[in-house]
Amino acid sequence: MIKALGYFIEIIKGSLITTRHFMVNMWFHTLKLFRIKTKRKGAVTIQYPEEKRDIASRHRSLHRLLKREDGKPRCVVCMLCVTVCPSECIYVEAAEDPDPEVQKVPSTFIIDLSRCCFCGFCVEACPEDAIRMDTGQIEFAEYSRDKLIYDLEKLTG
Amino acid sequence: MSDWIIILIKIICALVWFLVIALYLTWAERKESAVIQDRIGANRANIWKFRVIGLFQPFADAIKMIFKEDFTPSFSRKFLHNLAPFVSFFFVAITISAIPFGDVLRIGGREIKLQIVDFNVSLLFVLAMLSLGIYGIILAGWSSNNRYTLIGGMRGAAQLISYEVALGLSLIGLILVYPSLKLSAIVHFQGELLWGWLPKWGVFLQPLGLLIFFFAALAETKRVPFDLPEGENEIVGFFTEYSGLKWGLFMFTDFMEVLIVSCLLTTLFFGGWQVPWLYADGFHFPWGGEWLLPHGIVVAFQVLAFNLKVFFFCWLQILIRWTYPRFRYDQVMDLGWKLLVPLSLVNIAGTAILLSLIG
Repeated sequence: MIKALGYFIEIIKGSLITTRHFMVNMWFHTLKLFRIKTKRKGAVTIQYPEEKRDIASRHRSLHRLLKREDGKPRCVVCMLCVTVCPSECIYVEAAEDPDPEVQKVPSTFIIDLSRCCFCGFCVEACPEDAIRMDTGQIEFAEYSRDKLIYDLEKLTG
Repeated sequence: MSDWIIILIKIICALVWFLVIALYLTWAERKESAVIQDRIGANRANIWKFRVIGLFQPFADAIKMIFKEDFTPSFSRKFLHNLAPFVSFFFVAITISAIPFGDVLRIGGREIKLQIVDFNVSLLFVLAMLSLGIYGIILAGWSSNNRYTLIGGMRGAAQLISYEVALGLSLIGLILVYPSLKLSAIVHFQGELLWGWLPKWGVFLQPLGLLIFFFAALAETKRVPFDLPEGENEIVGFFTEYSGLKWGLFMFTDFMEVLIVSCLLTTLFFGGWQVPWLYADGFHFPWGGEWLLPHGIVVAFQVLAFNLKVFFFCWLQILIRWTYPRFRYDQVMDLGWKLLVPLSLVNIAGTAILLSLIG
């Protein structure tokens, strides 16, 4: 009986906590309705498509291929990214470049984003700093898988 | 003839009120739980981009449930399986007929009671119908022919039957104080004053009875602190084999039970449609002031007061549902049989002794 009474007191305390949360949050929601004190929010929710969080500068987002000054991709088809990729989602084919300093350029450079796990190993491995994951773009969901296969044009553009 | 029309209008009004409020309780539960947990809650359902803080959400839910496949397992007992949700829905929906929404309304020399039927044993009727709702659960658990649903159904039956005892006994003290089983008469009694200023509400005359009734009624609604028949994370409950609209009917019945429990709490313990010191001709304050009001406004005040009290108790029940974790099964039985039933017996004895001393 005494034990039950102790439980009862704790039960009341618990309900007071939730009541306090309700009252405080409702108070600020109501104030916001009348355009008073709009800085203090009644909820911690970020309403995603309308509001967005800032992405950290080191965040690994969609890949991009960097270009030289003359507009050709920096990639020299060393195949290091292809080798290191744990999900095996990079496919590169080489073509000959007339410039003897460069020798090789990619004729196809495909990243299959439906497989990519965004580990960033390709960026780490690249000796030419040709691939980076700093576009800040994180919304590229598609309705079909073949739209997730990004080719050279999409990655450089 | 016109009597029939009046009764028909009353039935339609009460049922629409009941169903619409129960529908919006689903919305209220989502929103209130969100506000308690510092979230925002469902606010995306819209009609032509009009969101109105998610007020269309219940309709979106209903449309979703209507268009889902209504699957009946091949191993179930088809007839009983289809019957069960309607049984539990019907017995809750019918209780609204005994709840008084207000006093008499006089229109064109005709007196209309704001209650569908005002019969002598309406309190017993409400309790009986709420107990019959158990059949829906047992039938659902049994006819699904699945062990877990059967466990859920049996748990539901055991829990509801044992709390039925405490529920009934807690009201005997009330019946001793207000000597009537007629809900409208009980509300009328609560309009009188104690010591010239305190309204004779059940909460002041039967505080222990209120406490026991409230706990037992919470157990009757089968919601979270007492949701053993459902038990989302262990047995998934008596409606495991239901889908689509029939599952929705079970869910909806839960919310209707919340509403009917709020109505009962209001009617029995918080003066029903009574506003303190409001009489048929207006306010007569105990400190001598008067504020006379026309008949229509008095009735509007009464209906409004009833609604506000009911909404408050709905709010309280949702708060309780989102605050406490579930009891273990033996704890539920302990609370019922070892605490609430003895306390309600003490309440009856104490009330009887006090009443006989006062005379």
